[in-house]
Formats: sequence, C-alpha cells, structure tokens
Amino acid sequence: MTRETLEQYSLVSLYSALAVLTLAMFGYVLYLARAAASQPEPAGAAVPELADVAVPVSAGADVGARLATEPVGRGVRAGWAGTSPDRPDGVGTDAARTGSVPMDPVGGSARGARRAAGPARMLTWLATLLVGASIILRGLSVNRPPLGNLHEFIAAASFVVLLGFSVWTLKRNVDWLGAFVTAPVLLMLGSATTFWYTEAAQLLPSLRSSWLVIHVSVATISVGVFTLAATVSLAYLLVDRSDRLPTAGTSRAARLRRVLPPAAELERLGYGLHVIAFPLWTFTLIAGAIWARQAWASYWNWDPKEVWTFVIWVVYAAYLHARATTGISRQKATYLALAGFACIILNYSIVNMYFVGQHSYSGV
Amino acid sequence: MSDARVHADAVSAPQELTGTAGPAPEPVRLPRLGPVGWGRWAWRTLTSMRTALLLLLLLAVAALPGSIWPQRSINPTRTADYIAAHPSLGPVLDRLGFFEVYATPWFSAIYLLLLISLVGCVLPRTRIHLRQVRARPPRVPANLSRLPAYHALDLDLDPPEAIAAVRTALGRRYRVDVRDGDCLAAETGYAKETGNLLFHLALIGVIVGVAIGHVWGWKGDVIVPVGSTFSNTAINYDTINPGPRADPSRLPPFSLTLDRFDASFEDRITSAGQFGAPRDFTAYLSTTQEPGAAPRQRILKVNQPVEMDGATVFLLGNGYAADVTVKDARGVIVYDGPTVFLPRDNNYTSPGAIKVPGARPQGLGFFGNLLPTAVITDDQGPISVFPDARDPALALGLYEGELFPGGASGSVYALNTQEMTQVTGDDGDVLRIWLEPGQTVDLPGERGSITLNSIERWAGLSIRHDPAKNLTLAASLLALGGLIASLLIRRRRVFARAIALPGGGSRLELGGLAKGEDSGLADHLAALAGRAGSVGLGSTRFN
Ligand code: HEM
Repeated sequence: MTRETLEQYSLVSLYSALAVLTLAMFGYVLYLARAAASQPEPAGAAVPELADVAVPVSAGADVGARLATEPVGRGVRAGWAGTSPDRPDGVGTDAARTGSVPMDPVGGSARGARRAAGPARMLTWLATLLVGASIILRGLSVNRPPLGNLHEFIAAASFVVLLGFSVWTLKRNVDWLGAFVTAPVLLMLGSATTFWYTEAAQLLPSLRSSWLVIHVSVATISVGVFTLAATVSLAYLLVDRSDRLPTAGTSRAARLRRVLPPAAELERLGYGLHVIAFPLWTFTLIAGAIWARQAWASYWNWDPKEVWTFVIWVVYAAYLHARATTGISRQKATYLALAGFACIILNYSIVNMYFVGQHSYSGV
Repeated sequence: MSDARVHADAVSAPQELTGTAGPAPEPVRLPRLGPVGWGRWAWRTLTSMRTALLLLLLLAVAALPGSIWPQRSINPTRTADYIAAHPSLGPVLDRLGFFEVYATPWFSAIYLLLLISLVGCVLPRTRIHLRQVRARPPRVPANLSRLPAYHALDLDLDPPEAIAAVRTALGRRYRVDVRDGDCLAAETGYAKETGNLLFHLALIGVIVGVAIGHVWGWKGDVIVPVGSTFSNTAINYDTINPGPRADPSRLPPFSLTLDRFDASFEDRITSAGQFGAPRDFTAYLSTTQEPGAAPRQRILKVNQPVEMDGATVFLLGNGYAADVTVKDARGVIVYDGPTVFLPRDNNYTSPGAIKVPGARPQGLGFFGNLLPTAVITDDQGPISVFPDARDPALALGLYEGELFPGGASGSVYALNTQEMTQVTGDDGDVLRIWLEPGQTVDLPGERGSITLNSIERWAGLSIRHDPAKNLTLAASLLALGGLIASLLIRRRRVFARAIALPGGGSRLELGGLAKGEDSGLADHLAALAGRAGSVGLGSTRFN
C-alpha cells in the first residue's frame, strides 16, 4: 500500500471513531437521564445535614470547630491521627446519608438506564479500537512513531483516555462517568481532525530521536489521565455545589446528581487520578529536559513550551500541597487542579499555535 | 496533614508524626513580641505549608510573562524588534524586566524564598523522621473500635498465640512491637515520608546543579563552513557566554574540521508547511582533542552531539556560504574564500555582504541574497523557492567607499553605507549582479570583477560546557523516585489486642490507622484478620 492510501485509511478510521463515539456519548447521556428519572424522591432531603456544610475558616483556631463539622465519610480529612467515634466499620457513610445508591440505580426506568449504558460501553470500545487503528495506520504511512505533531498527539491522548476508561468499565460500574469522558474526547478528536490536521510526513531533524517516543508518549498518557482526573474533579465540584443548595434533593439537577457517586468519593477518586498523572508529568518534564540537551544543547531554555510545562507542574504541585494543608478546603484545592488542567489546554492550543519558540523549529 | 495537631489524642504524638512546620499552634501574642519573637514568627510563617503554596502559585504566575514576551537572552533580535514596535509599552515592560523574566529580582526573590522555605521545612522534618524510624511503634490505644478501620474475631487460641498469629499475618513489611504478650502495635510505610523528604531535598539538588552550571559553565556559538577548521579558543567564537566564574582564556584546546555537510529536505509531499521542510542534517567532522593529537572522524547530527573532552558540540543551524573571488581595478585578487550568508526564511533566502576593504581605488561592498533555488518573481524580485541548492545564484548590488567608518566593525552580514555610494551600471540604473556558480561578472567602470566559484554549506555549532549536568540529572531522577514513593506508598499502623474468653480461646481486636488518603485500609485490615484467623481456626465476627 502506498503512503497516501495508508494515510487515507487512517483518516477514515478516525472519522468512523468520531461517529461511533458520538453515538456512545448519546448512549451515556441517555443513561444519565434515565437513571436520574429513576431516582426516588428522598424524604426531607431539602434540609442539608450539618455534615454537609463547609464552614469557612480564616484562622487556625477555627480548625478544630471545622473538623467537627466535616463529613465523616470516607473523604474525611482527619489525617493520620484522626479517629471517628461514630464510624466503627471504616465504611463511608455518604451513601447512606444521601439515600442514593449511585452505583446501581433501581426502580422503574433503571433497567432502561442499564439498557442505554450497555451499548454505550460497547460503542466506546469500538471507538477506542478505531482510534488505535487510525494511529497505527498513520504510523505505518510514515514509518515512524505517530507522535510528531499536534494532530497525532491529540489522537494518541484521546486513545489513552478512551482505553483507560474502557478498561475501567470492565472492573467497576463507572457508567456515570461515560458522558463526561466521551464528550471532551469528541471535542479533542474533532479539533484534531479539523483545525490541527497535518498531512502525514517525515519528521524534522530535531524530532528524530528516541526521546520523542519516550517524552511524548509519557506526556500523552499523563495528559490522558489528567483529563480523566479533571472530569472527575469537575463532577465533584458540581455534586458538592448541588449538595449545598437549599433545594437539594427536589430539582431535576439534584436527582441527576444523585446518579453520581457522593461528593467525598468523587473527590477522592479525582485525587487518586491526579496522583497517578503527576509523577508521569514530572517524568515528562525530566525527559523533555534530557532531550532538549540532545537537540538544542541546553536542557532548559525557558522556551514557551518549557515554561508552560513547568507552570503546569507547579500548579499541580500546588494542588497536592493545598490538599495536604490544614484549613484549605477540598473545594479550593480542587479549583487548583482544574486551573492546572486549564493550563494544559492553553499549552496545547494557544502556546503551540501562537508563541514563537524552538518547538516550532524551522530549518535554521 | 497537620490536622493531626488539632486532633491530638492518646493514639499518637501527632507533632512527632507529621512534623510539618505548620502554623504555630498557640495564638500569637502581639504586644510582647520582641525581635527574636518576630524573627521566629517570620521563620514559622515562611516555612509553613501555606506560604509554600502561595510561593508555588506565585512562581507559576511569574514564569508566564516569559512565554508571552520575547526574551533577550533567547532571542535578542525579536526583543529589540518588539520594543521598537511598541514605543510606549516596550520601554515600560523592559524596565520591569519582562524581557528577561528569569533573571529579574522579582523572579529570583520568589524562587529563593521558596528554596529557603523548602530547607526550613524539610530539615526539621528529616530530623523528626529519622527519630521516628528508630522509635518503637506507639502504644496500643484503649479503644480500638474508635480507629478508622476495625475488625474483631474470636479465635481458639490463647491471647499470646493469637498475637503471634497476627504477627505472622503482618509479614515482613511491618515493624512489629509486641507488649505484655496480648497487645501488638505495628507500623509500615516509613518509605512514604522518606520518599517525600528525598523528593524535596532532591529539588534543592536540582536548583544547586542549575546554579553551578550557570556560574561555572560556558557556551559559545560559531559558524563553520565546509572545509574550514575551528580551534576552540574564545576569539574564534562568533559569540561566547562564559558564566561569571568560568575562565574563557582556558578553554579545552580541541579543534574540529567540517569535512562535509549533508542536508535533505522534503520534496515529495507538496502541501504547505511540509514541502521543503528539513528532513536530515549530517555534519562530518574531523576532531583533534589537542594540538598534535591524531584526528578522529565523527558524525554530528541534530539529536546526536559530539562529546569532546571538556565540552559538547551540538549542531544547531546550517546555511550557505558563497566561495567568491574579487579582483580590483588593478587585476589583483583582493578577496578570496567562503562568505557566510544567514538564512532568513524556510527556503533559505539568505542575505549577506561581501566586504572588500582592500580593493583599489576604493573599498567595495557587495550586498544581497544567496538563493539556493533561485527564481525571479515579479512582486518580490529574486527569491529562493526551495531550501536545497538545486539552482543556486547570488543576487548582489554594489557600494563603494569607506566600509568601516571610524573603524567600527559592525555586523558581518550587512553593509554600513554611511560613507559609501551605490554603484550604477552602464545604463545608469543601480547595478544588479546575478551570478551562478562558475560565472564571472566584470564590474562597470573598470572596477574589476567578481567570480562565484561555488556554493558551500556551513554548520552552526554550539559548544557548551556544563560541569553540573550530571548532578542536575541525578537529582531530578532522585526527585522523581522520591515522589513516586511519597505518593504511592501507604503508611499504616495496625494495633491488635487479644482478650481471653471465659470459655477458652480469645477475642482478637484489630484496629487500623493510615496517614492521609487510604481507601484500602479497611480491606487491608479484613485481609489481615482473615490471615490471622486461618491460623487460629475461629469464628469471625464483624462489628
Ligand atoms: C520547590 C517547592 C516545592 C515543590 C515543587 C513541592 C512539591 C510537592 C509535591 C509534588 C508534593 C506531593 C507529594 C506528596 O503528597 O506526598 C509535596 C508534598 C509535601 N510538601 Fe512540598 N513542595 C515544595 C516545597 C515545600 C515546602 C517549602 C514545604 C514546607 C512547608 C513542603 C512541604 C510538603 C509536605 C509536608 C508534603 C506532604 C504532603 C502530604 O503528606 O501529602 N513542600 N510537595
């Protein structure tokens, strides 16, 4: 097969993936809608329980008081020394408290919900394979690792997100996350095939290095996990906010949110994902510096791309710190994590396109 | 993590465990604060987690302008252009340091404070951690069922046997302390804190490595045409940047000759942005480590630097040089050899100048473009349409007069025409010379001639010495390792108490406590209980 045909097939595969993924997204949205409809009206849910109210603190002296009002669920902040007298079994109380059974909705349209989620899972698997095939075909068409430009990078990152999520669905019921994963990936792939499409070609000499594979593939995985983490963190903030509305439990939005896991669990999940992604990003930074020395003689040049990689790293480090700092609420810490993700998006969109640096390497 | 402070209870000595230099627990007594008190307060504040967080965020924000505005140390030309193009904003930004962000006092202040904060935070924590690693696990709390994870089961074993069963079940990963035969305290995961401390200490190592490289390192750039030899002394460099403590008069005495330079460019894919894109550059060098040593043949490529003793040679650029011969009115050869032209665009349209001060009766200055694949267009005049030397030509104009007014040397690549006049052709128009390799053009008015012998390539080399690069690399890798340990290892305590039951056997209670996030603690404890129970065949009871 010629180079052009392979590239053509790669594109066809990518477009098919887009179509399939769109269907999968509809499936997951349908799932959410039906699962929400099947939620029972909780009795007296309009009264936010005391454990739900985050008391703003300004001084260290308030911390004790604050801790007393913290939810004693599994996301409880009491650290090493923390003991919770009323919870002998070590199992989270959030689910019991909110009266929702998030992982397995029951009731009238619950079966309908499950019927929507099953095909959505299959379609997501299919889309994953199609994106994977597209990446391989593209690599074959140019005889090199397909990680040489933004288009290829986004396709690979999408693949990581989809694969990670699909494997996850095998182990756990995370259908509630489906819509939040498929939608951003659709957006990423859509822009990769339109705005950022680059014809398959050989690499610039500066990119011909085994460090390309090492640095960029780890960056890809890292961005993939950060994307998942950001979605979960966003879901946490939304759920947390709706928990604290005075009308909690009555509105449609509140019913929808009870399809999701409880806030504390979402927060913990988001943290866990960030904790995986952050060392990967640290590695990306180091590998990039090693490569920069090979290619540009100096391991650190404060090139715009380097600056942003560094800034992203620092913001996520701040998130991890904030989460470990007394008196900074989980919500505030999560905002930092989302700020880190905003920096990632800026890095791959604006910085790549408009900032002049060595990453836009020309012949000289 | 310093929640532990407020949550102090009998289970553990929290300050010992967490060791964070968190906010001072006692309220600040303002009136009686003497200088020492203030100093202590300032130190506590500086080394607190909140300050570290604030400084981290400040560092992120302060780094950003450097990616938005051109930086003088990276691209002086673009910086100058930017300031010229923004006459009102430019100088203000310049005064604030926005064109050399990473060398400004405000940027340095942030990272130095962060460094001090880091040291002030990490050293006490290291001391505490070292003490803890050697200490016995803490006493068993009175009421195990109050711990975050709890499990109880009845065993057909005496209390000491039950405790021994727990000890076996814990395995070697736990440090175990049995007290009074019927109580057990165990702890694991010290490596979490070790990793965390290693991470923070290694960050200091990275900063020190970068600083040493900056102060004792040096770097220089030079353009070497094919066939030429470069000897590594400061005057032979086009630009050289020694660090403040580097001695540029004692560079390692190696030399290198560029024997050949191959370049290839994309010519099969014709879409914009790809056609003409560079594909491969290879420089063939003969290097000698010191005068008199035997030369070695080496290959230098973009991602493949050549290591010399005491410095590393990188290939950073390339372009074309014109090998020209100029004769003056007397017929004397007054100029002979390669002249470097600097590429200006992706097709290597390369402006430059040939300065012939020795020509008689007047100095001659040629200026113009070297075009590797030359075409003449209606709107842009002569340009190059492809970067490879497919159809090279030299398009020149000519000035005569004083080339170096007042002895100023000026740029090698441009003429200073202050004291020169442009030469016109026989038709009265300004003279335009078009030369292809092998051609000679007679200059009008019996001024002599110019011959283009050939077009050569040149290689732009960057030669660097960083005495601390290995330290920096090792410290970064240590930081990474420490980080992974810090984030992934779980620090857990397990307590057990066995109470003899009236009818024989014993009731075994297990309690678990984790530092930070640990969703697997309950499962871990249950598994432990299962393992201990399988030793002492008993009935399990959950509370
Ligand atoms: C160069 C600046 C710093 C960077 C990049 C940085 C980065 C990090 C990162 C990524 C973590 C996460 C690892 C973990 O959670 O175990 C962490 C944890 C930690 N850092 Fe820093 N840090 C810096 C400075 C400081 C300073 C100045 C302090 C002292 C106040 C400090 C105290 C801590 C503590 C106590 C933890 C453990 C938090 C926990 O238990 O989860 N760090 N740091």
